[in-house]
Amino acid sequence: MPEQEAAEQYGTPAREVGEFLRRRRAQIAQRWADESLFRTVFTVSRDEAVESGLAVVEALAAVADGGRVQDSDAAGFDVVRERLARMGASRSRAGLSTARVSTEVDALRPPAEDLLVADLPDAPERVVRDCVTTLTVLMGTLRLVVLETVLSEGQELIERQRLQLLEVATPVIELWDGVVAVPLIGTLDSARSQVVMESLLEAIVDQRARFAILDITGVPTVDSLVAQHLMKTVAAARLMGAECVVSGIRPAIAQTIVHLGLDLGTVVTRASLADALAYALRESDTGRASAGPGGSGRP
Amino acid sequence: MNDGPYPHSAGQVPVLRLGDVLLVTVQGDLYDSTAQRLQDDIGAGVAAGGVTGVVIDISGVEVVDSFLARVLAEIAAGSALLAARTVVSGMRPAVAITLVELGLTLPGLETALDTEAALALLSRGTGGTFREPR
Repeated sequence: MPEQEAAEQYGTPAREVGEFLRRRRAQIAQRWADESLFRTVFTVSRDEAVESGLAVVEALAAVADGGRVQDSDAAGFDVVRERLARMGASRSRAGLSTARVSTEVDALRPPAEDLLVADLPDAPERVVRDCVTTLTVLMGTLRLVVLETVLSEGQELIERQRLQLLEVATPVIELWDGVVAVPLIGTLDSARSQVVMESLLEAIVDQRARFAILDITGVPTVDSLVAQHLMKTVAAARLMGAECVVSGIRPAIAQTIVHLGLDLGTVVTRASLADALAYALRESDTGRASAGPGGSGRP
Repeated sequence: MNDGPYPHSAGQVPVLRLGDVLLVTVQGDLYDSTAQRLQDDIGAGVAAGGVTGVVIDISGVEVVDSFLARVLAEIAAGSALLAARTVVSGMRPAVAITLVELGLTLPGLETALDTEAALALLSRGTGGTFREPR
């Protein structure tokens, strides 16, 4: 059969696609440079976009040669993973949803497909069809790789912001001579309350503070775990010789604490930060007054 | 903490008498035998009479275990029987966190930020940092 013979001069579809990609890499890269993905990421120069396109095409060719067109972990992708991550991250920073990025990567397929069909004018229909299918699968894998990198980029961002939140959200402020306060804002988990406890205790040592105020006005909910963390902080501060006052318990939270049956009996509580400060000042005043001559030399 | 590298030369913590106050400054880690001996020394010092307060400064202690916490509580309880108040001063943040995590909040033990605050606390009579909320 003539068609059979014609088909035999072609290798496997993956090999054909790999050869085609290498043969036409300049043209494909030129076409891709005009697609929105490359155009918007490499705004400075078109040459850079073409160069990136070339790198991606060569990576795809390497993957096709290896015959693992469906494998997003194929070694060929490693070379361009960082480049793709940079592109994907730049697109998602520009406010594009993951689906849009996916569409933009998909837009790279038609130009490559057109070139592939034009490149095989004499080949039997079956060979062309197989090659186009392989190229489509390969481009689908590329899409998967880009999405993977975009998502992991998002994960890193979240992790980074979580750490920033830990540092930013727990300032210890000196309210008065010998009085420090921590305004707690947001939900308290164990990691955060550990940071709060440590920074508060450090501040007590540094400022020689007799009083520490934990203001929980900004804490939306208090459950038994949060209450336990508060109690621990209060107990640790007491062990160091400072007195801890909890302020800013909102009515709803007070109700919750009562409903949960939590015993905050050993903790001094005040309605607001101002009340807590007033309490601390009064206490330190009476302490100093009754100390008399030879007592505390604190100014 | 065990007896450390040199069990037979276990150190002694000096107990100084300043007027009616016994001042104990613990430097470095406290081994079990040293702690035991310290407890005996303080007991003897208080029993000698004329002592109304004991100040134990542990600002030089970086590691505390449950045994040492118990010794501190026992010193306080023993001195209280002889009408002397015990104030522990200068506990480090890491030590405080450890004790709280161990569940040893040492109720009944008076605490102060440093030796100066502890002496001031003793000189002004009752009160201190541990009292019932009002």
